[in-house]
Amino acid sequence: MAVDITRVTPRRATAESALVRRLLLLAALGYLGLFLVLPLASVYAQALAQGLKPYFSAILDRDALAAVKLTILVAAIAVPLNAVFGVAAAWAIAKFEFRGKSILITLIDLPFSVSPVISGLIYVLMFGIHGWFGPWLQAHDLKIIFGVSGIVLATIFVTFPFVARELIPLMQQQGTEEEEAALVLGASGWLTFWRVTLPNTKWGLLYGILLCNARAMGEFGAVSVVSGHIRGRTLTMPLHIELLYNEYDFVGAFAVASLLSLLALVTLALKRLLEWRFQRDKQTYRQEARR
Amino acid sequence: MSVELRGIVKRFETTRAVDGVDLSIATGEFVALLGPSGSGKTTLLRIIAGLEFADAGQLNIAGEDAADRRAGERRIGLVFQHYALFRHLSVFENVAFGLRVKPRAERPSKAEIAERVGRLLQLVQLDQFARRLPSQLSGGQRQRVALARALAIEPRLLLLDEPFGALDAKVRKELRRWLRRLHDDMGLTSLFVTHDQQEALELADRVVVMNQGRIEQVGRPQDIYDQPATPFVFDFIGHANRFGGEMSAGRLKVGGVMVEGGPADVPDGQVLVYVRPHHVELTAPGARGALPGRIVQRLPGGAVQRLEATSPLALQPIEIEVPASTWLPDALGPGAAVGLRLRDIRVFPATGPAARPNADRAADLLRPAFL
Repeated sequence: MAVDITRVTPRRATAESALVRRLLLLAALGYLGLFLVLPLASVYAQALAQGLKPYFSAILDRDALAAVKLTILVAAIAVPLNAVFGVAAAWAIAKFEFRGKSILITLIDLPFSVSPVISGLIYVLMFGIHGWFGPWLQAHDLKIIFGVSGIVLATIFVTFPFVARELIPLMQQQGTEEEEAALVLGASGWLTFWRVTLPNTKWGLLYGILLCNARAMGEFGAVSVVSGHIRGRTLTMPLHIELLYNEYDFVGAFAVASLLSLLALVTLALKRLLEWRFQRDKQTYRQEARR
Repeated sequence: MSVELRGIVKRFETTRAVDGVDLSIATGEFVALLGPSGSGKTTLLRIIAGLEFADAGQLNIAGEDAADRRAGERRIGLVFQHYALFRHLSVFENVAFGLRVKPRAERPSKAEIAERVGRLLQLVQLDQFARRLPSQLSGGQRQRVALARALAIEPRLLLLDEPFGALDAKVRKELRRWLRRLHDDMGLTSLFVTHDQQEALELADRVVVMNQGRIEQVGRPQDIYDQPATPFVFDFIGHANRFGGEMSAGRLKVGGVMVEGGPADVPDGQVLVYVRPHHVELTAPGARGALPGRIVQRLPGGAVQRLEATSPLALQPIEIEVPASTWLPDALGPGAAVGLRLRDIRVFPATGPAARPNADRAADLLRPAFL
């Protein structure tokens, strides 16, 4: 007699009873619903409270579009720079031995441990009118604080650990044997990097870039300090939302907020996809290592 | 292509991984670097490959100084212990890698690359796996891909680091023979690292035994086995029984027993006596020239019968091997008193440069066993 063994759920010593399992599941789902799904839904509800027309006019408003453009510009500068920095730092840390390595690793984590407000204030202290470089910048008619460059700088500071953090453990796990093989086969260091190191870490790299981008577009605190809040000029999306909200323009605020949360949802979906690819790579690697 | 090493030294932090190695390899030779882990053999291989740089000494490849040449300029094929295949590239692309990264002027055309890779894959019998990823291959297949990849650049010298280390016994044996044939057919010059003495003796034209960063002995496999130059080599190649003894006036005494066959050229004083298990002969207790002993274990086996005996004169339990065809009385079981006659012994001074055993062995020797 044939028994369909795939249908038999094996009993495990660590499994709890059905009741406990359901209660736990319910608690987790309820918690998620209350604190995540409900607020997210309310963003869209508020944005569409007065129908589609006010929603689209709020989004297509000149200042709102300027905020979207600025946000994209800032991310377009900060993310590639941090990707390059992250790859360079991870490469150096994972593949070479040098003095001060642990200090570099700690420094990379610094933006994670510093409050975003302080990250912004650092730049005010350096480049503001009363800061170290303030008088010099003013004499040369350069403006960093309360301008786009300040926003870019603050965003770079806040988001720079993402790519490096993602790549360091991955590169360390992969070791240097493949690079050595490439070198012996006659590849230059540059070719080895492009043809061996980078392709081996591409999923991790994309994952890091994705997280970096989400943060770069969503950053509020640090950017708020250096922005100057000039409507249509130095407001990124998060700052624009705050401004509208403070002016009691709820539809406008939530309409722009819905765009930002859309970004979050897209990021999540991509993240899931990348994780899946990335895990698969890691798994085959582990299997290989085990053999 | 020939390789010449003169006085190569490589330090890591405080240890000397390679401690003054002189070695020459002639064109067409198949040489094994044999030694326990930590003996410096892999470091030596990496120095030749250009992945490590010696702190002192001279390295000549094909008669020219190679010390400052980058790894890629040396045209050496290297097969890594864990293959180090490019995991994101197919088998075909792995093998083609060395051709694709050549400077434009030397790079073969696409068709030429395809043709050459195809031929190499045929050679390693993997032509139907060209499009697979390394993760989809077995260990033995990966090893062959690694070999094909190394051969693609038409190396002047082939280096192999524990090439069979990660494979199971059967595959290992097959690959071993196949590699030897390949070496002969292609007229390669090969140097391989192993800690497996069986492998080294079976495969190589010449064996280099290394210990603690130094070369203990270089020679043909048979000579290494029959005439170990140092206690270390005797111990490392095959099984060995060890006794403490004394030379006086050209005669060898182990305990109070006068042993025949002691060499005349060992100076008087404390000595170490080495003998292979199959050179220990069982005789009646108290026979002339035989050491007193007592059987501890008798292990039935295949082609040989194995026995273990203790003797107050030995430094550790004595292994004895007797051909299966030799009849042994049943009474020769645990507890039976026997006489042990030693044939084909090797005698080394207990101190001095020739006796430079491992640290753990040194501790062994200090045990109060010199009765």
